[in-house]
Amino acid sequence: MSIEAEIRRIQVEVEGYAREYGLDFFETIFEILEFDELNEVAAYGGFPTRYPHWRFGMEYNQLAKGYAYGLQKIYEMVINNDPCYAYLLKCNHLVDQKIVIAHVYGHCDFFKNNCWFSKTDRKMMDNMANHGTRIRQFAERFGQETVENFVDCCLSLDNLIDPHAPFIQRGESASSRDDGGDREVMKLRAKGYMDRYINPIEHIQKEREKLKKDKARKMRFPSREQKDVLLFLLYYAPLSRWQQEILSIMREEAYYFSPQMQTKIMNEGWASYWHSTIMTEKILRDSEVVDYADHHSGTLGTRPGRLNPYKIGIELFRDIEDRWNRGRFGKEWEDCDDLYEKHTWDKHLGLGREKIFEVRRTHNDVTFIDNFMTPEFMEAQKLFVYQFNPRTGQHEIASRDTRKVKESILYSLTNFGQPYIYVNNGNFRNRGELLLEHKWTGLELQTDHAADTMRNLQVIWKRPVHIVTVLGGKQVILSYDGKEFKKSDVSRAEKEETPTAAETTQ
Amino acid sequence: MVRKIDKDKARFDQIIRGRIKKDLKKYITGREMIGRKGRNIISIPVPQIDLPRFHYGDNQKSGVGQGEGEQGTPVQGDDGQGAAGDQPGQHILEVEVTLEELAKILGEELELPNIKPKGKSRIMAASGRYSGIRRIGPESLRHFKRTYRQALKRQISMGDYDIDNPIIVPINDDKRYRSWTERQNPDNNAVIIYMMDVSGSMGREQKEVVRLEAFWIDTWLRSQYKNLERRFIVHDAAAKEVDEHTFFHIRESGGTKISSALVLCNQLIEEKFLPYEWNIYPFHFSDGDNWSGRDTEKCIDVLKDNLLPVCNVFCYGQVKSAYGSGQFKRDLDKVFNDDERVISSDIPDRDAIMDSIKDFLGKGK
Repeated sequence: MSIEAEIRRIQVEVEGYAREYGLDFFETIFEILEFDELNEVAAYGGFPTRYPHWRFGMEYNQLAKGYAYGLQKIYEMVINNDPCYAYLLKCNHLVDQKIVIAHVYGHCDFFKNNCWFSKTDRKMMDNMANHGTRIRQFAERFGQETVENFVDCCLSLDNLIDPHAPFIQRGESASSRDDGGDREVMKLRAKGYMDRYINPIEHIQKEREKLKKDKARKMRFPSREQKDVLLFLLYYAPLSRWQQEILSIMREEAYYFSPQMQTKIMNEGWASYWHSTIMTEKILRDSEVVDYADHHSGTLGTRPGRLNPYKIGIELFRDIEDRWNRGRFGKEWEDCDDLYEKHTWDKHLGLGREKIFEVRRTHNDVTFIDNFMTPEFMEAQKLFVYQFNPRTGQHEIASRDTRKVKESILYSLTNFGQPYIYVNNGNFRNRGELLLEHKWTGLELQTDHAADTMRNLQVIWKRPVHIVTVLGGKQVILSYDGKEFKKSDVSRAEKEETPTAAETTQ
Repeated sequence: MVRKIDKDKARFDQIIRGRIKKDLKKYITGREMIGRKGRNIISIPVPQIDLPRFHYGDNQKSGVGQGEGEQGTPVQGDDGQGAAGDQPGQHILEVEVTLEELAKILGEELELPNIKPKGKSRIMAASGRYSGIRRIGPESLRHFKRTYRQALKRQISMGDYDIDNPIIVPINDDKRYRSWTERQNPDNNAVIIYMMDVSGSMGREQKEVVRLEAFWIDTWLRSQYKNLERRFIVHDAAAKEVDEHTFFHIRESGGTKISSALVLCNQLIEEKFLPYEWNIYPFHFSDGDNWSGRDTEKCIDVLKDNLLPVCNVFCYGQVKSAYGSGQFKRDLDKVFNDDERVISSDIPDRDAIMDSIKDFLGKGK
């Protein structure tokens, strides 16, 4: 039997088991590639038809070198698309192929059913090809260098999106936009002599202030701060058509990939859970046990300075399954403080499977960790927080306090561990300048990179650009006008104009 | 057929070499990947360009890890979040690379030609190296792990494996042995004479650059010669021979007379290293701020009359100090413009080390 036929046979078998377990996925197309082909596809993020760009060459270089020197190896790639595409490495062991195929079905089920993926483009394979064609056309017309430089600019801003936007109607609805004109403060009806008691002067004054502020806010542009900086630029920056189109393409791709970043731990955990379940319960032959164990432990291996998403994910899913099987949840469980009783707690509910299917549908990494990572779990997994120690110049274990561990994980996952940056004002100083605002959460921006990012932003916005942030404990505005950078203190007038981090309402 | 990725890769390479899009060059990172980690363990230099984004500074970051350790135990820094978006299931193995392999990688990366040793003593000596596994061999070369694994596999698949009494007995068919390949190596002697300017203007960073550069030169030349000796000379206005540790840690002050080092170097060669037995490599590092034009003339005389006739090649690396780069390299280039025996190279910072190695060793001398 040829390798292809053999793999095909395994695929059909695994698919059958996956369905038996209740996994639900798009049709999945497997492609078997040589290592250099797989490296190429992986460098393009799974889309062989992607637009040309040097950074894919860079990725390829790293993958190819890693492979050549035996440092790393890609086993598989799965693409969120309908149909799902999965790439297999031809020279893999047949055992490895089994694991990988089972793993792939886990991913496919996750792509299809997890709600954070529900708004992604399921025809991305085609769409990426279209993007590629467009950008190649532009490169032919306007020159590769010009187009590539602009792509670089966009990429430098591609983390300034709003991953929750697909699910929420934000910004102004029509009704909230037009009012506010000459509205007066609403008074309660009262007889003349009672008026000053029923509608006290101070209250009226306060209401007037509020209305005024409201009105001022509505005069602002944008009327409320906007997290999707790319969208704002797309609407309002003076771009030519081709530039607009490229920016829009980059934004679309950023949104396409963002759920994968939001669910890295869950997604890998889920897929690992299923490859392990299907392998050990169904298709593993005796002769393959050793190789399977070797591969599996390699994938789930941990290193001190790093959280392995495969490991944390699978362990957490198993923990949830176990807890719901034995009824270790809810008020009764929480309130119990008899250690012995807790230790032997088992209500034989058997709800585990059902629960994890529900979890994979509704959660993302942040809520997954927040809801289900228990102190017992963190202790069993030996999690710790590390911190940079300026005295020794290295990162050191700082604490094993479970509250801190959880806080730190959540912190690093929220907004992908990146600064919150909003468009605050598109008509700053009434001169059409752009003001971004960095919401202060306790960490400073890296200033040299921030400066270079602003340079790229200015290329797009054309007028001077500013960002208000905190440096050395003081609120400052960093500005770039196309020629030079300036750092200035926030003046009082501007303070009023920019809602400071402290009083933001969200 | 040219693959799509090859075009992107070529473009990336051109950016790395600074041919196009020069403004991107400052985002190239990978410096930490060059250099020695621990004993002989090394990571492969892979250049990377990080486009600027709004992000937090690195050192403020804390994070969560997993594993044993008390409070205060250092954690190996490793903050790669991975490429955005895709889900390649990969795992990274840590491999140990020997100096020999390292030299090979270096040679491939920089496309260094093999050196043609001078002189008549071009004797090749064979040496063996374990590089593979085979099914037959002497018991002394049995590979225990592979054999065990094979036996374990067999017993499990035959149903002989007893979980409660897990005894593995290998039969002949399970046994695996190391196998080796033979290699021809030139049996030759070479000496590197490192000279460094330690005058007041050479700071710690400059010495670090020289140290890194010397490490790579050693690595490469060691792969080319069986027997490699190294000598170290430091100089300010006067020169003296020192040991390796002193060479990289000494701090002197005062003026710079490059000729003093060259004279001492010549003396050393005359006394200890007969030119027909040794391949001789003098390397000189300085910030190029020589005392006077007269001294530079003297240097050139010493080079022409004494050093060049006996050396394989004379290499001069000019590092950039806080006071800028001096005149010496220009003077040297003017005189020895067409002379292949003199190679000079600018090393403004750590990132330039690889380029300058290529300058020095790329000629195959």
